[in-house]
Amino acid sequence: MRKRSKTILSDGTLFRRENTLYFQNAKMKKPKPLVVEGIYDIYIYGHVNITSQALHYLAQKGIAVHFFNHHGYYDGSFYPREKLHSGDLVIRQVEHYLNREKRLQLARLFVKGSALNMEKNLKRWKVADGFSGLLEELFRELEMAKKITEIMNVEARIRSEYYSRWDEHLPEDFKIVKRTRRPPENEMNALISFLNSRLYATIVSELYNTQLVPTVSYLHEPGERRFSLALDLSEIFKPIIADRIANRLVKQGTIRKEHFRGELNGVLLTKEGMRKVVEAYNDEMRKSVRHPNLKTNVTKQRLIRLEAYKLMRHFVGVGRYDPLVAWF
Amino acid sequence: MEEYPLDDLLITGTEINYLFICPTKLWYFAKGITMEQESEWVDLGKFLHERRYGNEEKEVQIGRVKIDFIRKGEIIEVHEVKKGKSMEKAHEMQALYYLYYLKRLGIEAKAVLHYPQLNETKEITLDGREREVEEAIQEVVRIKSLPAPPKPVKSKKCRKCAYYELCWV
Repeated sequence: MRKRSKTILSDGTLFRRENTLYFQNAKMKKPKPLVVEGIYDIYIYGHVNITSQALHYLAQKGIAVHFFNHHGYYDGSFYPREKLHSGDLVIRQVEHYLNREKRLQLARLFVKGSALNMEKNLKRWKVADGFSGLLEELFRELEMAKKITEIMNVEARIRSEYYSRWDEHLPEDFKIVKRTRRPPENEMNALISFLNSRLYATIVSELYNTQLVPTVSYLHEPGERRFSLALDLSEIFKPIIADRIANRLVKQGTIRKEHFRGELNGVLLTKEGMRKVVEAYNDEMRKSVRHPNLKTNVTKQRLIRLEAYKLMRHFVGVGRYDPLVAWF
Repeated sequence: MEEYPLDDLLITGTEINYLFICPTKLWYFAKGITMEQESEWVDLGKFLHERRYGNEEKEVQIGRVKIDFIRKGEIIEVHEVKKGKSMEKAHEMQALYYLYYLKRLGIEAKAVLHYPQLNETKEITLDGREREVEEAIQEVVRIKSLPAPPKPVKSKKCRKCAYYELCWV
C-alpha cells in the first residue's frame, strides 16, 4: 500500500485506542479510525488535541507530525527519534559545511537550480522577457562569489526579477508587487507563503526518511533551531511546486478574493481558502512525471526524496550534485 | 564486546551476501546508508518468515553473525530463509560464511537454504571451500575501506533493488 500524507483541517482530538489511531472530529459523534500503516506523515491545521499515547504510537511507526498555526504558518514538527543513522554520512555532510569551497559550491548549486526553475516557469507563463540573459550575467557573479552573503545577494536579485515578470502574468487582483512576508500584505503573498510553509514541512518529512542530518545546511546558516537543510532544498522546489500551484489557483479562479481575510497582522487565507489550497497541493504532490534517468514514473513528492539522494551521493563522493531543473 | 575469539571476523552475513549482489550496495549498507525500510520486498520477506517459521528458534546471534534459525540434529544446522533463487550464489556464500565462522569457533555445522515460495531447500557444507570464503571476506573488507562507493553497474537486478533510485537518479 502506498503511504499517503494525512491533512487535518478540522478541530478535534487525535488519540489511540488499542492499536488503532482515531480522529474525533469536534463536529461529529463517532471517532474515525485512521489506518496507521497507510500514513506517511500528518499535517495539522485545525485545533487538535493529541494524546501522548497517540504520539507514542506515531513515534513507533516513524510518522512525523507537522503543526501549523491558525494563519497556516508552520509552527513545528513532532519529529520522532531518528531511526536511520549513518555516522559516516554525517561526518561527510558536516565536512561539506566546514570546507569553505565545498560549502560555497553547494550554495551556488541551490541558487542555480532555483533560478533555472524560475526561468522554466516564466517561459511557461510566456513572460520570460530578458530573464535568460540576465541569468547568464548573474550566474557569472555567482561563480565569483566568495562569501555566502554574496551568493544570497545574487539569489535575492534573481528572485525580485522573477517576481516582477511573474506579476505581468497575474490577474490584477493578485499581483505580488513586492514580496512581503510576516505578515504578507496582499493575497498573492499570503498564498505563496502558505504554500511555502506546507512545502517546507513536506521536505522535512522527506529528510526524516533519509540518513541526512536536517540541520546541517549550506546556503542557509545551520543551527538556527530550524531544519535548515529543508530550506536549502526548498529553493529548488518552491518555483516548480508552490509557485505553479499558486499561479494556477488564481488564474483558474479557484482561489478568489473572498478566500482571504484582512487582519491586523496582514492578509490571510480563510478556512475555506486553506481547504482549497491544501487540496490542490495534495493533488499536485501525487501527480507523477516520467523520470528521464530512472525511466519510471515518480510523484512530485518523490522528486524531493530523489533530490535528497542526489545530495547523499554528492557527500559520499559520487559525482557532483546536479540540482533538479524541471523538464515537465 | 570484550575478547571475542573471532576479532578478525568483523563482517556480517548480509555483507557477504551483498558482495555477490552488488559491491555498491555493500558499500552503502556498510556505511549505514540503508534502504531496507523502503522495500516492500523486505516486509514481504519478514512476513513469510514469521508465518512459515514462527515456531523455530529464530534470529540466533553469534558474535557478528545473525542466523535466521538453528536446528540441532546430529550436527548443528544453520537455516537461512530466502525469497527467490535469483541470487543463489549470494545466498550460498552467506551460508558458507556462517559455516566458516562456526568452524573457527570449533563448531561443525551444515547449512540449509529455504525457499518457501518454491517449496525447495538446499543443503550446503563447507568441505574444502574455506579459501573461497576467505577471499570473499577480504573483498568485503577492501570494499568497505574504499573512500567512495564503487561505481554501480546497471543490470536487470537494479530495478528491484531498494538502492535503485540512490544509484541512478
